[in-house]
Amino acid sequence: MSDPSTDQIKEEMRQYVLNEFLPGEKASNLHDDTPLRSSSIIDSVGLLRMIEFIENRYTIQVEAHEAGVENFDRIEDIATFIQNKRGAGA
Amino acid sequence: MSERSNSAANLCEYLEASAQRFGDRVAVVDPDGSSVTYRQLNDRADRISGFLLARGLQPGDRVGVVQPKSVTGVCAIFGILKARCAYVPVDSSAPADRIRSILGNCHVRAVFASPGCAGVAADVETAKTVVVTGTSTGQGSSSLSPNAFAWDKVLEHEPGRALPASRHRDDVAYILYTSGSTGIPKGVTLTHENAVSFVDWCTSVFNPDEHDRFSSHAPFHFDLSILDLYVSLKHGSTLYLISEELGKSPAKMAAFIASNQLTVWYSTPSILSLLAEFGNLKQYDYSRLRLVLFAGEVFPVKHLRNITAQWPSPVYFNLYGPTETNVCTFARIPTPIPPDRTQPYPIGWPCSHCAALVVDDAKVPVPKGEEGLLYISGPSVFKGYWGQTGENPAFFERDGQRWYNTGDVVKEDPADGFIYVGRRDRMVKRRGYRIELGDIESALYRHQQISEAAVVAIPDADAGVKIHAYVATVQDSQPSIVDLKVFCSKALPAYMSPDAFLFRDSLPRTSTDKVDYQKLQKESAASQSQAK
Repeated sequence: MSDPSTDQIKEEMRQYVLNEFLPGEKASNLHDDTPLRSSSIIDSVGLLRMIEFIENRYTIQVEAHEAGVENFDRIEDIATFIQNKRGAGA
Repeated sequence: MSERSNSAANLCEYLEASAQRFGDRVAVVDPDGSSVTYRQLNDRADRISGFLLARGLQPGDRVGVVQPKSVTGVCAIFGILKARCAYVPVDSSAPADRIRSILGNCHVRAVFASPGCAGVAADVETAKTVVVTGTSTGQGSSSLSPNAFAWDKVLEHEPGRALPASRHRDDVAYILYTSGSTGIPKGVTLTHENAVSFVDWCTSVFNPDEHDRFSSHAPFHFDLSILDLYVSLKHGSTLYLISEELGKSPAKMAAFIASNQLTVWYSTPSILSLLAEFGNLKQYDYSRLRLVLFAGEVFPVKHLRNITAQWPSPVYFNLYGPTETNVCTFARIPTPIPPDRTQPYPIGWPCSHCAALVVDDAKVPVPKGEEGLLYISGPSVFKGYWGQTGENPAFFERDGQRWYNTGDVVKEDPADGFIYVGRRDRMVKRRGYRIELGDIESALYRHQQISEAAVVAIPDADAGVKIHAYVATVQDSQPSIVDLKVFCSKALPAYMSPDAFLFRDSLPRTSTDKVDYQKLQKESAASQSQAK
């Protein structure tokens, strides 16, 4: 598998969030900058499951101190975080 | 040294006796790592009490505590109790309207609030005193009203307290607000006697002592906190406050429990499930952990097996009871859990200070083994909801006892005690929190584009329950699901936010024109099983 681009990661994360947390919602209503944690779209348990998904999908390790809203509140931040992690680990 | 009596009449006595006996021992450790000794805690509580009395508070007045969990909050709670007032703990992260509605409902005379909540507290007309916690002298409070006081100033006040002789077992100690079916939270009003009878029962069953280190995972507005706070402080143990942030991170929490060598853990099953699944428990030493207590919801056996396998040495107890009675039945869970067991464990037999009765709809006791509603009597049973007048329909008299209807359907097993069967009303539990589905509906009806709302809950193997909201919207104007989620995050506590929104042109009705919940329930159950 070739490395996904940031845009691909955003789309994958959008699909994941829609399937897991927003069943029935249109993709066009979930923007790159829609708040996910502060809006309760994803609760604390949902965040743990999402991180587990991200770790497996992108083969990165998310440390406990990295799991805050600064990295996980918006799809664009999540994608940037994943790319940075992948870059750092490469 | 003489044996200490088990029959305190007042929660303050626990702290005062421990301050005498264990003055230099650490009483409470703050989430930031700082701590107070028993002597310091008692001294600060005396000063807070002196301040409240000087501000004119009278016995029975309500005082809000709206701030993240901290040593400050524990000091405030005991200061309030020493002034013979009742504390009203409120989730500081709840929507402002909800905080305001709770503080307004019981007419708080004073509030201890974090800087972020001080404004909301000051909005409450009766709150003539607002102590802004988490601020150093003057800072952050100077811009507030003349009724606002900085925490440091309050701690400089002369000590003072209501005379111990004036304390009464029927004094209200605290009011815990739970979800109400009409959208207005209900204030469960509990006295010192209610709490003391439960705490003394804990003493007899769990044998705590000054070498114990208790977790405090539950927030103070949640009734699990009563065991954490008062059982640990009664026995000179050390209480480790777990912040909301730490409490949400199983990996960090696992390290915290091990490094602080906690001996007693108490939380909802949800939290234990997360610790087992995401805590990487194998990498730490938990040999000091001797007791694991859980309450608040059914513990799915799969997850219970998982935690008991990873923490094999502690003794496990399932504690059962609504906020109105605190824990009233309990069961020791034999470990290891057999691999073929799928049935959840029973809620067990009544605690020694409680009596239980299982009755049918006519309030006639059912034959042993048959299903019926569980009623509880005893000194831990609350007197009523705050502000409720007239007969409380949840009570009835029998054999000279006052019996409280828990609303839970149970059946008795001769070997294991009571087995929880379910509920007949619209109350569900999620992560240990009680949720009246009607409470969510009333929030949804406040959305301008929603014309009809009906909320159902369906069982879910992982989450316990999933909450589905069916909504009909005003013509040609459908909000997005993201919009509704954001709306709910402002109108409701996070644990009440629906998992799914389903749009309908109109809601199905029964022949008597009531919302057909059964039909919606079936639709949701069908969609859930399809998704699996």
